[in-house]
Amino acid sequence: MSDLETFRRETRAWLEANCPPEMRRPMTSENDTYWGGRNAKFSSEPQRVWFERMRDRGWTVPDWPKEYGGGGLSPAEHKVLREEMAAMGARSPLSSFGIWMLGPALLKYGTEAQKKEHLPKIAAGLIRWCQGYSEPNAGSDLASLQTRAESDGDDYIINGQKIWTSYANYADWIFCLVRTDPAAKKHDGISFILFDMASKGVSTKPILLISGYSPFCETFFDNVRVPKSQVVGQVNRGWDVAKYLLQHERAMISGMGERGVGRPLGQVAADSVGTDERGRLEDTMLRSQISTFEVDEAALAAAAERAIDLAKAGQSHPAFSSAMKYYGTELNKRRHEILMSAGGIDALEWESERSRGGARPRAWLRTKANSIEGGTSEVMLGIVAKRILDLPGA
Amino acid sequence: MPLVLTEEQSMLRDSARGLISDKAPVSHLRHLRDSKDATGFSRDLWKAFAEMGFSGLLVPESFGGSGLGCVEAGVVMEEIGRTLMPSPFLSTAVLAASALARGGSEAQKSAHLPKIADGSLLAALAIDEGAKHRPLQISLQAVRSGNGFKLNGAKALVVDGHTADLLIVAARTGGSAGERHGLTLFLVDPKAKGLATERTIMVDAHNAARIEFSNVEVNADQVLGEVDQGGALLEGVLNIGRGAVASEMVGLSEEVFGRTVTYLKERKQFGKLIGEFQALQHRAAQLYIDIEITRAAVLKALQTLDGDFDRAGAAVAVAKARAGTTATLAVQEGVQMHGGMGMTDQFDIGFFMKRARVCQELFGDSNYHADQLARTKGY
Ligand SMILES: Cc1cc2nc3c(=O)[nH]c(=O)nc-3n(C[C@H](O)[C@H](O)[C@H](O)COP(=O)(O)OP(=O)(O)OC[C@H]3O[C@@H](n4cnc5c(N)ncnc54)[C@H](O)[C@@H]3O)c2cc1C
Repeated sequence: MSDLETFRRETRAWLEANCPPEMRRPMTSENDTYWGGRNAKFSSEPQRVWFERMRDRGWTVPDWPKEYGGGGLSPAEHKVLREEMAAMGARSPLSSFGIWMLGPALLKYGTEAQKKEHLPKIAAGLIRWCQGYSEPNAGSDLASLQTRAESDGDDYIINGQKIWTSYANYADWIFCLVRTDPAAKKHDGISFILFDMASKGVSTKPILLISGYSPFCETFFDNVRVPKSQVVGQVNRGWDVAKYLLQHERAMISGMGERGVGRPLGQVAADSVGTDERGRLEDTMLRSQISTFEVDEAALAAAAERAIDLAKAGQSHPAFSSAMKYYGTELNKRRHEILMSAGGIDALEWESERSRGGARPRAWLRTKANSIEGGTSEVMLGIVAKRILDLPGA
Repeated sequence: MPLVLTEEQSMLRDSARGLISDKAPVSHLRHLRDSKDATGFSRDLWKAFAEMGFSGLLVPESFGGSGLGCVEAGVVMEEIGRTLMPSPFLSTAVLAASALARGGSEAQKSAHLPKIADGSLLAALAIDEGAKHRPLQISLQAVRSGNGFKLNGAKALVVDGHTADLLIVAARTGGSAGERHGLTLFLVDPKAKGLATERTIMVDAHNAARIEFSNVEVNADQVLGEVDQGGALLEGVLNIGRGAVASEMVGLSEEVFGRTVTYLKERKQFGKLIGEFQALQHRAAQLYIDIEITRAAVLKALQTLDGDFDRAGAAVAVAKARAGTTATLAVQEGVQMHGGMGMTDQFDIGFFMKRARVCQELFGDSNYHADQLARTKGY
């Protein structure tokens, strides 16, 4: 038996023995997951048990090096672990911007001291991170950001405002884009810096979303003092780090549909619209929407698998995550439109025990942000057109 | 199995591409069409194909082939899709070879497979009877008579039917239209008495025929597989064919798309390159993404056919459904973005549009396969 098969067998056995049954059901909303951090609370005992067991193996970040709190798995082993977790429907033990975005950027651009300082805390869920990119006048045109960082001895003094900072009100630290050289061309004067949200001068104000959740904030910086040693990468070269991180963010968002998967669409629809004597959905238009959706969903899953395999073979284009982000998010919106239409009146209830607090309509509304956050669909298409297809600039 | 081609498969692709783009660019098809060529493909080219081992790709080594898999067949089909080269590859090397290899007796295999591999035997699969692909609706009758059967009925759209030396005919020996039980495959000599073949000139200038059977006699030893049990064999062979046609559509889509993107970078209007207009950039980007995702789905289906044949149905349905919609979009956008040029016969793009339409119908269109997927999933 090959090493990989042994690994698969052992992994399956370990997961069987250690993943509580409650953690093998689909999540109902993005609040249904553990986010870690200084003030973190578990929503249930099984959630705590599952998190701690995975953390102790380094499996919150299975592919990071062991010295930084990871599991040290090879890409092939990591794939096996993902497959085995998916096969039993096991949830991810920890949701974290630190894992999805900052970690990869630190691994590539961080100093040894920065890696030692931050990565193990991300792996152990001790520090919750937020992303300070967007500003009121810098959304799609992110590089026009204005938040200033002025040099003051060994520190920077930061002033400005960020917007749409997801979970800023729960976060412990922020990874932030600031302008360190106002005279330079817009992409050349930006730095990528890390600081504690508890620093003097940082304040946040939540914004209510159409889903009724308020996961994001306006964030204000008023003379926030940050040591220069907390810049990641070179000063004024923060755009490189930012772009690299965005690739990871986009890859993560494109896979978002898979994580929230609940009952098969066909069954949800069968419950509400009924079936004919041959077992087919009564609503033939809905049936056709669902089946063409499922064709595309299966194809996207193959493409996601192939993207990883291509990357491993050194054959992928760095901008391909934009292609996947575009397709994955548009598809996820389609899934939720179908879920709403399959659910009919039952999917319209906003607040009640039965509707689990309106989980379905809220999730539907939340997906509308998928094609905006992390770069809009229009911006993704622009990136594909220019960077992959090499079409001339307008 | 990683979803990327292995080194050997990439080499196969390169050699297929070399031969096909050199000897059979789109002008080759155009010439055959304009000269109303009676064969509809080049026998010399088929010989070259055989010499390179392509005709025997799916023939087991023990019968003179190279015993490769569906991924390899797909690799060649994709290159065929790039230039629309007409050839008996699909009918003979893919469909007939796999039908014989999967369902044939030792005698049938030794009689035909080595000839398929060396390029000397052409074969065709006769299934569809109505306007849309519905394999279970087959009603061509095969009634027992003496030591064999008598066939009565008709087939439409038999790919390469008029040049075949051997027909594989799906007929009903029992059950009724719509049922899987009662289907039987027969090996039939196209020169048999009572068999009439009419070449149909199709929109895509590829070969197809209508075939009529009136009291065509076949011996019992011409049954391929078992009487009444041909449904499963047929479905398996069709799945291989679907995977192959999906690959052809990936090649076709990518070729049209490549030509379109080139044009976007050359053509000027309003004082700029039309590729500078965001309205076109975004549509081009969407099409690129669509093709990449379809490519992954098709490769997945082919790998599943090679790895877990009996469970490949869903993956094949996904691949064929996707490939059909993607190719349709690719050719439509291709014509549209070329403007008036795209509508002229002198320009090649129309050939892709026509071939895409035929590939879409062949062995089930996108709706058919989405429906199959829904049935597999039970709704
Ligand atoms: C739920 C959610 C969570 C978020 N979380 C974070 C976070 O944690 N941290 C953070 O920094 N940011 C976050 N964002 C911000 C997000 O990245 C921005 O909203 C996004 O980049 C778009 O910017 P904008 O809202 O300013 O829209 P705009 O840039 O004003 O865009 C408006 C419209 O114009 C279109 N448009 C703009 N430019 C072009 C162009 N060149 N071509 C074609 N169309 C164009 C856009 O596609 C869009 O349709 C979040 C957003 C959402 C919705």
